[in-house]
Amino acid sequence: MTDFNENLNIEKRNSGQADINSVPFTEVEQPGPASLAQQAKGFWVTFSTMFKKNQTVQYPDVKAPTAPRFHGRHQLNRHPDGLEKCIGCELCAWACPADAILVEGGNNTPGNQMSPGERHGAVYQINYLRCIFCGLCVEACPTRALTMTNEYELADDKREKLIFEKEDLLAPLRQGMLAPPHPMYPGMTDTNYYNGDVKEAHPSQGEK
Amino acid sequence: MTTAELLGTDPGWIIAVKAVMVFGICVVATLMAVWTERRVLAKMQLRTGPNRVGPAGLLQSLSDGVKLALKEDIIPAAADKVVFIIAPIIATSMCFMAFAVIPMTGVVNLFGHKTALQLTDLPVGVLYILAVTSIGVYGVVLAGWSSGSTYPLLGGLRSSAQVISYEVAMGLSLVAVFIYASSMSTSDIVASQHQHIWNAVVLFPSFVIYVISMVGETNRAPFDLAEAEGELVGGFHTEYSSLKFALFFLAEYVNIIAVSALATTLFLGGYHALPGLGFTEQWLGGWFTLIWFFAKVNLFFFIFMWLRGSLPRLRYDQFMKFGWKVLIPVSLIWILIVASLRVLQQEGAPRSAILAFAAGVVIIVMAISSLVERNKEKVRSADLPLGEAPDFPVPSLPNVQSINVSGGK
Repeated sequence: MTDFNENLNIEKRNSGQADINSVPFTEVEQPGPASLAQQAKGFWVTFSTMFKKNQTVQYPDVKAPTAPRFHGRHQLNRHPDGLEKCIGCELCAWACPADAILVEGGNNTPGNQMSPGERHGAVYQINYLRCIFCGLCVEACPTRALTMTNEYELADDKREKLIFEKEDLLAPLRQGMLAPPHPMYPGMTDTNYYNGDVKEAHPSQGEK
Repeated sequence: MTTAELLGTDPGWIIAVKAVMVFGICVVATLMAVWTERRVLAKMQLRTGPNRVGPAGLLQSLSDGVKLALKEDIIPAAADKVVFIIAPIIATSMCFMAFAVIPMTGVVNLFGHKTALQLTDLPVGVLYILAVTSIGVYGVVLAGWSSGSTYPLLGGLRSSAQVISYEVAMGLSLVAVFIYASSMSTSDIVASQHQHIWNAVVLFPSFVIYVISMVGETNRAPFDLAEAEGELVGGFHTEYSSLKFALFFLAEYVNIIAVSALATTLFLGGYHALPGLGFTEQWLGGWFTLIWFFAKVNLFFFIFMWLRGSLPRLRYDQFMKFGWKVLIPVSLIWILIVASLRVLQQEGAPRSAILAFAAGVVIIVMAISSLVERNKEKVRSADLPLGEAPDFPVPSLPNVQSINVSGGK
């Protein structure tokens, strides 16, 4: 079957002469009942399929890797010295179409410096019963604090367990990172942090 | 010694043992059949199918059965309680009964007793099978009626109409076998095929009609209108749960195995080996014939699965039209031909006369078919004159250039 639009006389249509009531048709050879051999073809399809490699992934035993940009569980990232990237701006929560994110900002004080600059996310919750994994929160995040991992095994047996707290979402401490709270890298401002000038923790940051 | 005489000497306990064996074979075959069907259908759809419970998923249907048995047994408030309970029992027991006259092995040694694995041999064995399978329909009808609900009622009605219509075609296709074997006893029919040639070869049209009607008879795809889940939810067993549902499930598969076994017996030489492999029948003290028998039954079962994997469901009217207007008339004509040939043979007509008769039949059939074909073309070209549009809005037609949708000039 050909598309209607292909058959429309383009010139006529452009000049406004086309009759809106006349719908053009092309003659199509109407297929009669298929011959017996052709009907047998369908049986051959199913029969030959039996000897093809099947597509099933034996899931709990075998886990096929996801696409690299698969939208999985969120992650709250850290700066290379261990400070949190989240500044508690709530832009992710505002961007969320499913209202799945709750953020409460808190002040960074000299004794409680969780992130570079003035503010940090004190409370950070994502409700995975609501989340639709659209990624708008990731787009909204001004500090790249929030990204998504490829982890998709999020099922659980209690609703409460599916509200992920900040501890559940925070990225693990890697080589050269110190667990916050600790002071900012000496001589560095939050802008330096943002620009990626901080490469690792300074020994003085770990002193109590 | 014929099988009937052989079975006549069975003591009571052997009969009891055989009855249990037949029952066991049916139940185990059902479990295996469900697993096989799910695996083969999965293969046809690039899937794996059940492979978790037991080796390669073999115990899946067993665990399903246990699960079904443990489910809550619900009887709807609107249901007719007694009939509701009796219906699945009728459906299931009748399928098992059909198996009683199927000869599954040749002469074998069963606990030191020389017998054949066939519960009993009736002179009208095949008629008996037709009778009990027809009673099995009561199970379906009563289930649909007693559920006190619309969908089961419709499903039950459809199913009974379907089984009755296809039972006619099935019965007619068997008539040619009776004429040819001059017996209605299953073991005699097997013996006559062993002497001559498989009925599937000489009575090929009967064979084809039987295979088609056995699919219709068992309510299986593409003839599974009674359980059309898109239209009737589950059909007659919508309101059934737990063991009663399991019974219907069992009945369906035992029925499939029974009609396959009947097809094997009547058309594929029963428990006998393929021509040329007759020496295998002596292996395992004659028990190897059981393997031959089930190999042939499985062939039919594979056809069932293959049909289900390949074909969409038929529309109800097309299905009925096919049964009544194609299968039955073709069967009748075929019986007429077979009977005439048989009479000619018995009257001692010369071979040339028989051949002339057969040739005449072929010519007449060809003439009729070509006439029908020509008529078809006439009808097809008479649809609409080329280029002329109907003055009402209709969908695309092959011979029409344009359609004035507004209805005026």
